[in-house]
Amino acid sequence: MAKKAAFKKKATKKVSVKKVVKVVKKLNGPQQTIESLLELIRITSTVVPDDVFKAIERNAKNEEKNTTADYAMGIIKENIDLAKYKSQPLCQDTGTVIFYIYHPAGFHQTTFKELIKKSVTLATKKGYLRQNSVNSLTGENAGTNLGEGHPSIHFYEHKGSEVEVKLVLKGGGCENVSAQYSLPNTALSAGRDLEGVRKVIIDAVYKAQGKGCGPGALGVCVGGDRADSAYYAKKQLLRKLDDSNPNKDLDKLEKEIVETCNKLGIGPMGFGGKTTLLSCKITSANRVPASFFVTISYMCWAFRRQGIVMNKNFAIKKWLY
Amino acid sequence: MKKLDYPFSVEAVRKLKVGDMVLITGKLFTGRDAVHKYLHDGNKPPVNLKNQIIYHCGPVTMKDKNGKWTVTAAGPTTSIREEPYQWEVIRDYGIVGVIGKGGMGQKTLDACKEYGCVYLHAVGGAAQVLAEKIKSVDGLFLEEFGLPEAIWELSVVDFPVVVTMDAHGNSLHKEVEAHSKEIMKEIL
Repeated sequence: MAKKAAFKKKATKKVSVKKVVKVVKKLNGPQQTIESLLELIRITSTVVPDDVFKAIERNAKNEEKNTTADYAMGIIKENIDLAKYKSQPLCQDTGTVIFYIYHPAGFHQTTFKELIKKSVTLATKKGYLRQNSVNSLTGENAGTNLGEGHPSIHFYEHKGSEVEVKLVLKGGGCENVSAQYSLPNTALSAGRDLEGVRKVIIDAVYKAQGKGCGPGALGVCVGGDRADSAYYAKKQLLRKLDDSNPNKDLDKLEKEIVETCNKLGIGPMGFGGKTTLLSCKITSANRVPASFFVTISYMCWAFRRQGIVMNKNFAIKKWLY
Repeated sequence: MKKLDYPFSVEAVRKLKVGDMVLITGKLFTGRDAVHKYLHDGNKPPVNLKNQIIYHCGPVTMKDKNGKWTVTAAGPTTSIREEPYQWEVIRDYGIVGVIGKGGMGQKTLDACKEYGCVYLHAVGGAAQVLAEKIKSVDGLFLEEFGLPEAIWELSVVDFPVVVTMDAHGNSLHKEVEAHSKEIMKEIL
């Protein structure tokens, strides 16, 4: 309030040209931010990142010709091309809208949050996002994608001088097959070690069958409390599919799980076939001695993830994926 | 690749088998949660569904200046949510095909066999490819349920699906699940 009052006072005085330019810049800042965020939402909803496309293409080649799996992968590839060409959502379920923002110290989170909300509303009007946010108690859909907890926004202060915005659109079908296990798990003979972790991840993929719109990609967290475990698991979806885990044991486990799950024969859409999983990314968080949670976040083939680096004027400087 | 052309019939769908890749040309009626519950509660459908195909889909639709509707995204939604209702809808209204994703359960499979109906799996997430196959919007019913939940009468050409539950008691979903369970047992 104090700031606003000061601004008003200044504005009534005679101002120099230099000052006017400064004010105009300030006014354009929010507009430019909204434009950049809108473009981020459009690209995320309509174009799969390169690393995902490459994984789909590589796996499609492995399927036997003229099988239902080959057919499904063909339609998936066609859909990716068409959505990009028409600038229309890859999937009509444009999912939960999740922002991850990395910013320098002194950044105004509250202001940025408001601009995100405006961008999301605009993106919904333009059809990049479906009217997808429903009040859980009343069933009301405001048609704006705004509401308690929507969109989901996470802020992190980093050392860099630029603002980075990452966005994930997480569909409902794949969210429904995501899972959390508590170890030990007697039914699966899964103990509190990496072998136990391996077993429950494979079980989650088996239980998902084709219902999560596979071939899927997993984000996994070993440890944490129930809430953090789910949060960190989902955050693994920000990793590029072709990267390596700096932890050698986890890196080995990630590769082993993809290889093993692709032997299950579930295949694209659960039609049977070789491609059940595109990738698996695992992290860990500390736990209390009494708990051992493993959380698996399942992402569908329509893996919608993108990110931008903004320049000082909040225009898009660089795409991250 | 097989073809399924309008008008559809019990005889035509009985010829289809699990694993068949099929291109549908003709009419589809969308119907998801609200419609299935409505029919299950004993309300008569606003259109005759005899020998028709129901599509589990909440499309993204746009109305142009002249009041003409177009469908801009139309992938399948998860079918299992209609499992409590689907068998009754098949029995009471004579539908011969259900399009969706993820497959359905034993009740629906039994109804498919008894009354002559097939479950046709569209590729989940392929909203653009499937919307391209929709050539016109011919009707809108039960608009009061909201646009994604309403019944949309659509004309399609070469709409691509895979038969995953046929009218002879076979389910690809059951097969794949049983097979993957065996493999998992070996792995674990």
